Amino acid sequence: MDALLKVDRCTIRFGGLTAVSNLDMSIGNRELVGLIGPNGAGKTTVFNMITGVYQPTEGAISLSGERLNGLKPFDITARGIARTFQNIRLFVSLTVFDNVRAAFNLHLKHGPFHALTRGPKFKQEEAEIREQAMDLLKIFNLDRFQDVMCKNLPYGDQRRLEIVRALATKPRLLLLDEPAAGMNPTEKGALMTLIEFIQEKFDISVLLVEHDMRVVMGICKRIYVLDYGITIAEGPPDQIRRDPKVIQAYLGE
Amino acid sequence: MSRARAILGIFLLFLFLFALFGERPLAANQAYYYDILINIGINIILAVSLNLVNGYTGQFSLGHAGFMAVGAYAAGSWSEHLSPGMVNFLAGSNGVLTFVLKPFPFLQALPGMFADNLALVIATIFGGLLAALAGLAVGIPSLRLRGDYLAIVTLGFGEIIRTVILNIDFLGAARGMSVTGRYTNMFWTFGIAAVAIYIVLGLVNSTYGRGFLTVRDDEVAAEAMGINTTKYKVIAFVVGAFFAGTAGSLFAHYTGFLTPEGFNFFKSVDVVVMVILGGMGSTTGVILAAILLTILPELLRGLAHTDFVPAFQKALEGVIPIHLPPLQGLLENRLILYSLLLIIMMLTRPQGLFGDIAGSRKRVASSPSK
Repeated sequence: MDALLKVDRCTIRFGGLTAVSNLDMSIGNRELVGLIGPNGAGKTTVFNMITGVYQPTEGAISLSGERLNGLKPFDITARGIARTFQNIRLFVSLTVFDNVRAAFNLHLKHGPFHALTRGPKFKQEEAEIREQAMDLLKIFNLDRFQDVMCKNLPYGDQRRLEIVRALATKPRLLLLDEPAAGMNPTEKGALMTLIEFIQEKFDISVLLVEHDMRVVMGICKRIYVLDYGITIAEGPPDQIRRDPKVIQAYLGE
Repeated sequence: MSRARAILGIFLLFLFLFALFGERPLAANQAYYYDILINIGINIILAVSLNLVNGYTGQFSLGHAGFMAVGAYAAGSWSEHLSPGMVNFLAGSNGVLTFVLKPFPFLQALPGMFADNLALVIATIFGGLLAALAGLAVGIPSLRLRGDYLAIVTLGFGEIIRTVILNIDFLGAARGMSVTGRYTNMFWTFGIAAVAIYIVLGLVNSTYGRGFLTVRDDEVAAEAMGINTTKYKVIAFVVGAFFAGTAGSLFAHYTGFLTPEGFNFFKSVDVVVMVILGGMGSTTGVILAAILLTILPELLRGLAHTDFVPAFQKALEGVIPIHLPPLQGLLENRLILYSLLLIIMMLTRPQGLFGDIAGSRKRVASSPSK
């Protein structure tokens, strides 16, 4: 029972459509888990359910034993789950640095009144945030873009900036929604190294939704396979690769 | 930052001197310019505060005149019914301040000198707070809506306020309400404008304040980054409403007469135009637009009666051999020209007076809080 995230028999229905049914999932501390499935299998719905965008119709979700049902997305992020998005959702009118800085809001000790009085404590905290944000950007080699509007970054850098922004909320569990989408094989290789590096460096758990089998099979220790909202297989990559149900879901009869 | 502070200091000192010596002029031509200046100050307060809601936070509100009305009527009735007793208590001949200052003969004239200012400040804070309360009451239920829907709800709210005032006999209903104490002066108008600018810029230029911008850019992503978007929207709405209320109070104590019609939908649109023309999310641009759009109709007033217009018409008819209707008459309806200029400005600078939106925001972003 030392699972970090526990999804217990969760079902989501949208009207008559059951998007996810009876999902059981657990992610341990410092574990790198994959979630795969054909188009429309409900992977992103699972993400939205864990992060509070959708509420499960049935079932319970908990993080380190704390129930997450009914919490708002920002509350869930505050408890330690951060995410990226399938289609990049950066704050387009802000600079690279400000995108990261905005995510530090969560652990901010000062409020609107301190922002107005600008006392020494406020200045000290702003300086600390600046330093921490720059450190994060440096790790990902984005520090030279700090004053660039984020919409002007190359595609791959935007993807990485989204990950940096998520890490700035100091999560215990990072959810990555198709980070390899639209990348070429070289970039995908670099991404795999990057994800493993993040997992070790920040000492966190990662749940990865991905279409690209090479990426998922290459780095995940354990994989869940969804099809039409039902978990059809679960296990280490080698086992998943040979699972007849998975082959059937992907390739047909 | 220190240079900005020095400039602000000099500015405030200048205003203070203005307050002491800049009595409301009585001669007609001076009074006219004084009138324009006060209106500029009031419009700056309105535009800068609406910019926090519409520009920085991206919530399209069309109800600013409604909040201004709340502030104007609240402050006006405070001055009419409650303030005299209070000011007398503080600064009257047997008042608290007079008593405290008794040992200092050279300071005894002070309370009397500043009694009007005191009355204005207290009434203005009262008006602002009631408007902020109205902002809270409207904001909490309606800020779940976005874009056009929010615009319609705030528009409806503004009209409700106006209609309610129209039916309250205590506030003069359709007859209007007079405010006897015409205390508004240059110092407090521009002083409060400076406070509004400082508060909006101070809020936005901080890690806390980046939250307002994230709400505008992408609410879903903002929530996923742990930002309580509802809280930010409500704060923007309440602060915006507060300053709309103070502007209302200054207006009430300047004109000395309020009618519900003065706070109709078109008043809201005027402020929205200033924000859009100035460039959503650029405080400097919005201030400039507020000044420009206050002066412009006044400048156009004189244009029709210059020698230039008939000469221009003669020259034009020399080139095109048709008889035009007298331009002079057309220009006398200055609002046609005003609207035309607005259209031209929007066509040539759709991104606002001060460069593109991103640029103006970058200026805000890249001014580090040292």
